[in-house]
Formats: sequence, structure tokens, C-alpha cells
Amino acid sequence: MIGRPGWVWIGGLLLASAAVAGEGALRPVTIVGREIPEPLTTAPGDPERGRTLVVDRTRGLCLLCHAGPFPEERFPGNLGPDLSGVGDRLSPGALRLRLVDGRALNPDTIMPSYYRLQETVRIGAAWRDRPVLEAQAIEDIVAFLITLRDTPSERPVP
Amino acid sequence: MLAALATGSAGAGEIPPAEIPPSEIPPAERRSSFDGMSPDIQAMQRDADANPGLLWLQDGADLWSTAPAPDRPACAGCHGEAATAMRGVAARYPTWDEATAAPIDLQGRINACRRRHQGAEPYAYESRELLGLTAYVAAQSAGLPITTPADARLGSARSAGRALFTRRMGQLGLSCAACHDGNHGRRLGAALIPQGHPTGYPLYRLEWQGLGSVQRRLRNCMTGMRAEPFAYGAPEFVALERYLMDRAAPLPMETPAVRP
Repeated sequence: MIGRPGWVWIGGLLLASAAVAGEGALRPVTIVGREIPEPLTTAPGDPERGRTLVVDRTRGLCLLCHAGPFPEERFPGNLGPDLSGVGDRLSPGALRLRLVDGRALNPDTIMPSYYRLQETVRIGAAWRDRPVLEAQAIEDIVAFLITLRDTPSERPVP
Repeated sequence: MLAALATGSAGAGEIPPAEIPPSEIPPAERRSSFDGMSPDIQAMQRDADANPGLLWLQDGADLWSTAPAPDRPACAGCHGEAATAMRGVAARYPTWDEATAAPIDLQGRINACRRRHQGAEPYAYESRELLGLTAYVAAQSAGLPITTPADARLGSARSAGRALFTRRMGQLGLSCAACHDGNHGRRLGAALIPQGHPTGYPLYRLEWQGLGSVQRRLRNCMTGMRAEPFAYGAPEFVALERYLMDRAAPLPMETPAVRP
């Protein structure tokens, strides 16, 4: 992680700064421990929009790798863990970090980093200088994923 | 990587050893994606009357024996019967081209032959002619094991191909190896991830409703990674194919294969 462009360790916090100006600029993200506790947007995430993104195989892309409690969706992939009950297993901040940049936790993960400008090469012309998903979409998906509970919810489902 | 590739293309500089880069899949565990196909598609490939690739093969057979101009030889004029002259050739391509001192794939060899010996224009990539002739030549190796030519001059192409295979690229930051070395046998959506061995190209893909080259397939994969695909005929594709063939040996050639 150390030395990756755009990322700096400060006092135990990993700070990512949006180094790119213009439309592609990313909002600053602060990793604390293994989470991003603060939402990326001021508007709260919308779980319904989040679900729509999760099952959209051309936008969220999630079902290409993950199964989950989506009875109408056939043929999910199995590269990643099943999303059923993920809201029991991970906090909103932990989910947010996995979406924003799971490679901060595991540099070898196959999971794409959805909210960082990749340092990888040959990005297709249509995809340059922008993250896989915008900040509000990340928040929408986090808001949806925390509703996926196997156990009775201890907090009201949004 | 690019520097290594440039060195390989120019044939200049130091000659690296002819070592086969280590693959993540041991030879005894290499499997063609034929094994994971449904029985009906397997039957379509096996049955000469049902394999749609045979239409392109017939075109290739005609081109093999047809002179491009009255004063120029047909392929058969120099090489004779394809069944004997071309047997085993595709199983060891890409190889080294003395004239350009660079690696060359089978399509490139056919087009080079047209320019140098037939006084003809090269065929366009993915044209019916180039696919047909390439498939006809490659089919003469069907059933023969893919071999790894011990030619030290191919060393830089091999290492450049491996570097391309393992390099993250595109907006999604994936690499070929991430799926085909590490996760073959799992599913990406509905699709079974194969080990990624180019045993049957050019092959008929039901999704394409036609025959296509290994470069077409690699371009599809790169687009899926949201990467900018290399151009048809790019030296990167030749290097990648050399590495993939090393990585696939000794699986048997299957041209013309059929895939979903």
C-alpha cells in the first residue's frame, strides 16, 4: 500500500486524496482500521437504488461474481462470497471500504476497486478518468447490503 | 515489458534463454475448455457434418490450391499437399520470422507468404479468406500435441507474453491470470471460466455465429476488463499467443473447435 500514488499514511490513517481535477475527481476518503466509517456523500444511500445497481450486470457487476438473495436473478457467478447475510457480517464502514478499494485490504483480491482511479494500464477510452461507480452509487449499494440479514435485524431496516 | 517486447520485435540486444516461463497450471492438469462444454456442443465439434467451422475449412482448401494470379504460385504450388506439408505446423506457432527478425503467428505467416511469394495483398484480419486459410492450415494439426519450440529468439516474446498475461489492466484492474490461472472452474455470471488454452483457433463460437481468431477472443476479454484492446496484428498479441501456447502444451490441437 505504501507508495501507491494518491495514497498517504498519516498517523495510522490511510488518506486517499482526489488528485485528479475535473469531472473525474474523487471525494476524499479516509480509511480507519479496516473501514471507511464516513459516508462518501451527504445524501444518505437509497437501498432500493442500491439493489437495482447490485443486480445490474453492466453497472454494479456484482452478480458476475456473487450470488445472493435475488430469487429472480439466475446464473450468478461464484468468484466471490454469497452476499446473503452480508449485513450481519460486515459493518457499513467495512462494506464501504470493500467497495471503494478492497485492494487496500488484500492487494491480490480479484474484486475491482469501485471508487478509485486505477493505476493499471490500457483503460478503455470510455472508462478513463472515472471510477467504476460514482460516490452516491457506492452509498446506495452500502445502504442495500446492510439490509441483507440472516438474523432478525437489531436495527430497523431502512 | 514494452521494452522487452521492442527488443523481441527488433531481434536486437541480448538473447534471453529459451526457458519456458513457469505456469500456474502444471502440464498434467491442463484441460481444454472442450471438457467443460455441454455434450451437444461437444458433439457439434466432433461431428464433421455438424461442425460449422467446416464451411470455412472448405474455403481454405480452395484458397490453398488456387493461384492468386496466372504467373504466381498457389500455396499448393510450393508446399504441395497441406495434409503432409502443414501437418504439425500450427501446433508450434507462433514462431520466428527470419525476414523481419520478429515473432510471427500463423495468420501473419500466411499474409507474409502472400506478399513475398504470391505478389498479393495481405488478407484483412477476420476476413473469411484469412480465417479460412488459417483454419485449413491449423486443421492439419488437429489431434497433435501443442509443442514449445526451443528457439532462444522467442524468449523475449515469451516473457513479454507472460507479463501481459499477469498484468492488471483496464478500469476493473483485472488480469488474464486473475481468472484463468487462479479461478478456472468457477463461474463468471453464467460462464464457466476455462483455463484459457488456445487449442482450437480459429474456432466457431456460437455467440459470434461465425469463425474467429484468437486475437478476436483476446480483444473480447480485454473489452470485458474495460481495457483498450490491442490492434489486430499487434506484436503484443503475438507475444501473448506464444506464451499461451507454451502454457497450453501438450494439449492436442482442435481446429476448428466449437465453443459456446
